[in-house]
Amino acid sequence: MTGMIRSWPLALTAAVIAVLVILPLLLPNFWIANILGRSIAYGIIALSLTFLATYGGFVSLAQTMIAGVAGYTIAILAPTAIPAGAGWSYGLAIPFAILMATLAGLIVGAIAVRTRGIYLLMITLALAVGFSLFVQSNVELFNGYEGIRNVVGPDVFGMPFRTPLVFYYVSLATAVLLYLGVMYLVRTPFGLVLQALRDNSRRAAALGYNTALHRIAAFGAAGFIAGCGGVLTCFYNIGISPGSVGMGATVNILIMSVIGGLGHPIGAFIGALIFTLIDTFAASIYDRDRFNTLIGLLFLVIVLASPDGVLGIGKKLAGLFRRKERSAEAAPVSPAQASPAQSEH
Amino acid sequence: MSKRNRKVAAIVTVAAAAVFAGPAHAQEEIRLGSIATLEGPFASGGQDGHRGITLALEEVNYEINGKKIVWTAESSNAQADVALARARKLIEQDQVDIIVGPLSGAEGIALRDYSRTLTGKTIVNGSSAASDTTLRDPSPNFFRFSTEGAQWMAGLGNYVFQEMGVEHVAVIANDYAFPYAQVFGFMVDYCRAGGKVTKLWSPLGTTDYSSVITRIPRDAGALLVIKGGTDALAFLTQYAQTGGELPIIGGSIMADQTLMSARGPHQRLMEGMISAGPIADIHDDPMWQEWVERYRERFPDGLQSPSIHGFNYYTNTKAILLALQEVGGDLSDNQQKFQQALANLEFKNPMGATVKLDENRQAISDIFFTRIVKTDDGLRTESFGRADGVDQRLGLSPEEFEKLGSPSRDNPSCPPVS
Amino acid sequence: MTFEMFVTVMMNGLTLGALYFIVASGFSLIFGLMRTVNMAHGTLYLIGAYLGYSVYDLTENWYYAIAAGMTAAAVFGAIMQVTLLGWMQGQELRQALVTIGLSIIVADQLLAHYGGLSLQFFPPDALFGATAFPIIERYPTFRLFQIGAAVAVGVALWLILNRTKLGLMIRAGVDDREMLAAMGVRVSLVAVVVFALGAALAGLGGVIGGSAQPFSQGTDVRFLLTSLVVVIVGGMGSIGGTAIGAIIVGMAEQWGQALFPTYSVIVTFVIMAAVLAVRPQGIMGRPS
Repeated sequence: MTGMIRSWPLALTAAVIAVLVILPLLLPNFWIANILGRSIAYGIIALSLTFLATYGGFVSLAQTMIAGVAGYTIAILAPTAIPAGAGWSYGLAIPFAILMATLAGLIVGAIAVRTRGIYLLMITLALAVGFSLFVQSNVELFNGYEGIRNVVGPDVFGMPFRTPLVFYYVSLATAVLLYLGVMYLVRTPFGLVLQALRDNSRRAAALGYNTALHRIAAFGAAGFIAGCGGVLTCFYNIGISPGSVGMGATVNILIMSVIGGLGHPIGAFIGALIFTLIDTFAASIYDRDRFNTLIGLLFLVIVLASPDGVLGIGKKLAGLFRRKERSAEAAPVSPAQASPAQSEH
Repeated sequence: MSKRNRKVAAIVTVAAAAVFAGPAHAQEEIRLGSIATLEGPFASGGQDGHRGITLALEEVNYEINGKKIVWTAESSNAQADVALARARKLIEQDQVDIIVGPLSGAEGIALRDYSRTLTGKTIVNGSSAASDTTLRDPSPNFFRFSTEGAQWMAGLGNYVFQEMGVEHVAVIANDYAFPYAQVFGFMVDYCRAGGKVTKLWSPLGTTDYSSVITRIPRDAGALLVIKGGTDALAFLTQYAQTGGELPIIGGSIMADQTLMSARGPHQRLMEGMISAGPIADIHDDPMWQEWVERYRERFPDGLQSPSIHGFNYYTNTKAILLALQEVGGDLSDNQQKFQQALANLEFKNPMGATVKLDENRQAISDIFFTRIVKTDDGLRTESFGRADGVDQRLGLSPEEFEKLGSPSRDNPSCPPVS
Repeated sequence: MTFEMFVTVMMNGLTLGALYFIVASGFSLIFGLMRTVNMAHGTLYLIGAYLGYSVYDLTENWYYAIAAGMTAAAVFGAIMQVTLLGWMQGQELRQALVTIGLSIIVADQLLAHYGGLSLQFFPPDALFGATAFPIIERYPTFRLFQIGAAVAVGVALWLILNRTKLGLMIRAGVDDREMLAAMGVRVSLVAVVVFALGAALAGLGGVIGGSAQPFSQGTDVRFLLTSLVVVIVGGMGSIGGTAIGAIIVGMAEQWGQALFPTYSVIVTFVIMAAVLAVRPQGIMGRPS
């Protein structure tokens, strides 16, 4: 696995970030905020899923729900919200919202830690839908079906958060920090144990590592990431409603992660970008009415043809050119290809 | 076919404009965007909304004062976030001047908040009918020429108490904002007249109502059922199956195509059902008959009778066109003249009811009492009375209305004393 | 709460549980043999309901609708297994993702062909209306029929699993797939048959469920979730566990609605979380 990290050298990362920083100078506002900004914000939620899948072997469908915990927390606390809530300042509310998401991640981890693989998928899906039904039926705190609106976000350097450049750069900075954080985390002792647990939990447990604790901590870290995404998407959507955390939203995040590729964290952002482009322009390139068929087909083709998503396709293409120099380096095993749960239990 | 051509034309012109023309386009053409639900369970409502827009635009031949109207259609799935994403695309990418839409309540509130952040753009409601969209924290750029959920029930409470002589009504409704508003509109009159109400809420999406049915009080004289589509069909079928006999008073979205066209035992309960709302299938105003005739001719594959969504989208689009005509298609100066014209507009909707706006840019118009009758073509709603000029405060003074509080699960309340 | 109401709500829970059992038993059966979590199970329900409805619309015969719904779902299920799922046997997650993709596409295609309006079957007169019933006087006949259908499905499954050669192979396959293959049984063929059988049960559920309550877009998700929760609570791959899980979920929904309607939707999920905390493999599930 570390080999793969080395294959994404620092220089390339820096170059991509530099391009993303310069890009707004070349693009109209719509592209800055509603294609790139939106992709990055949702990509962060997808990153939390990809992180768990890549390094922990967990495919959790609860990540949208956890982002929703942060989104609802900030919406309830935000100063401008309709209906009005606690009216905290954003300086307090944002960290608190992310903290709540981290806690929610830990709780999901605690529930899910005793089961893995395919059970995890089922359980997290059921939890996610249970949560969306709960916020839909609770009027007192979550304002039910209509949700909480007008969560505009803080002013940054005196400019409203919705200003395309502000939203874009804040999202980009958050995403870069989280991405680098993930890349760092997986090389720490904690990250290495997590990967050892993914590959062979019995052996890792035999070496004396606490399986449950590591896994719960991984869910906590993923909760933190999803929470950051949840706050950003809540500001982007100027509020949050049960639809933001429902089955459709949950599956959308899964689609982003899978299309991008579950083999490397960057896949989350690639997948989010592809999804956003299709979602935005489907009406122009294809009959909008059948958007779901289009996105479903793409999803299916990716799962069938390239379990590592477009990232995998890219690698294969790159591999064709470099076939000679590449020798027997073991290809990273994505959770979609193998099923750790089966081999162990 | 022609719609697709227009779409293609719109894409090409938009692309060209984005490259060359910049903001100057407003002088040559008027860009209208629409958001209707064409995906998921509410797709049939959105399709009818499109028919309404088409009818209105064809009346002016896609042209105002020599300026061409270019229509870009977007579709949502009745989710607030999706409606917002579509609105952003229409405004920021396609650079439309005016949006007509959306269809459902949560979407409407999301777009109202978005419209507040815009300058020189106008959003005119499609068919969304949540009260709060215009009642609380209204946006200066959001206009609604259709009436909303609470207005739709105005006057019905008096009728049920006085004419039908029912003193205790059991409310069967889903537990969210739209039914709250409808129940509110009904109960304001009904409780004041002396009626008693038992409320039986169930969560959105409930399809097994057997436990609700067992909780209907024995001495209830009628059921007020505020449901639409699947939920209404499920409830009525199961109520019929248990041999239920109480007269049914329906919410405004109850008598829709799902219920009217589906065969089955619920039809026995539906016949004679009283309701209230902005439209009735059978209505003797010549304007209505002419409009329905035109609808049927233009859309042979459409619904047998235009739905509430077709009607609302038409009325709102019509208002846009009338205001545009008044200012000669002039959208300059951040649309100030146009928005002024919208605010002062007074016209008749296809039901022959006068529509004008209050200070929150919310329609004041007539509400019709309807009864379901059996015709050769199946069940139809027929108007038998109307409440004139119903405003959003249901005829109360601002102070009186404020005192009532906002509609909720428990408000208003007039339970039977046992 | 009166005694009559108590009995009514109990009966409502039991009859709803019966419907859930019919649908979830197919899900559990497929999982039991193949470890395939079929996320398109709700889609199979909807395929059964819609195609059954087409036949019902044409013939006005409810029994034909049952046959058509079961056949359509079975054929679709078999095709899924042969063309997509069979060759990725063992890659559970990939199979789950494939079925998610399929369910998105099929739901959209059903919307294109049948529209967004809700539909409902009306069972023959013999099953409609109410029947005399102790204590509560009358009870809807069709709900009683649901119990009968569920019992019939349960008995039939038991007979197939315990009294036929196919059942022998299935049970052997559950315990040790490789060994079964080594003994010369064409496991892939057994898998197709089991998949078709499980799908047919979803299709049967589609027509019976579509007669008890309307169906439309979104019904697939509802029944998928119900199936998931039922087998998580009852225990994966066990028919007895599925029955217990189905009754628990049916009861939870109906009692929730009777006692605290606002939050009745989440009672089921609270039960699920509680079961997972105490017994992660489900009530009747074998520890993994």
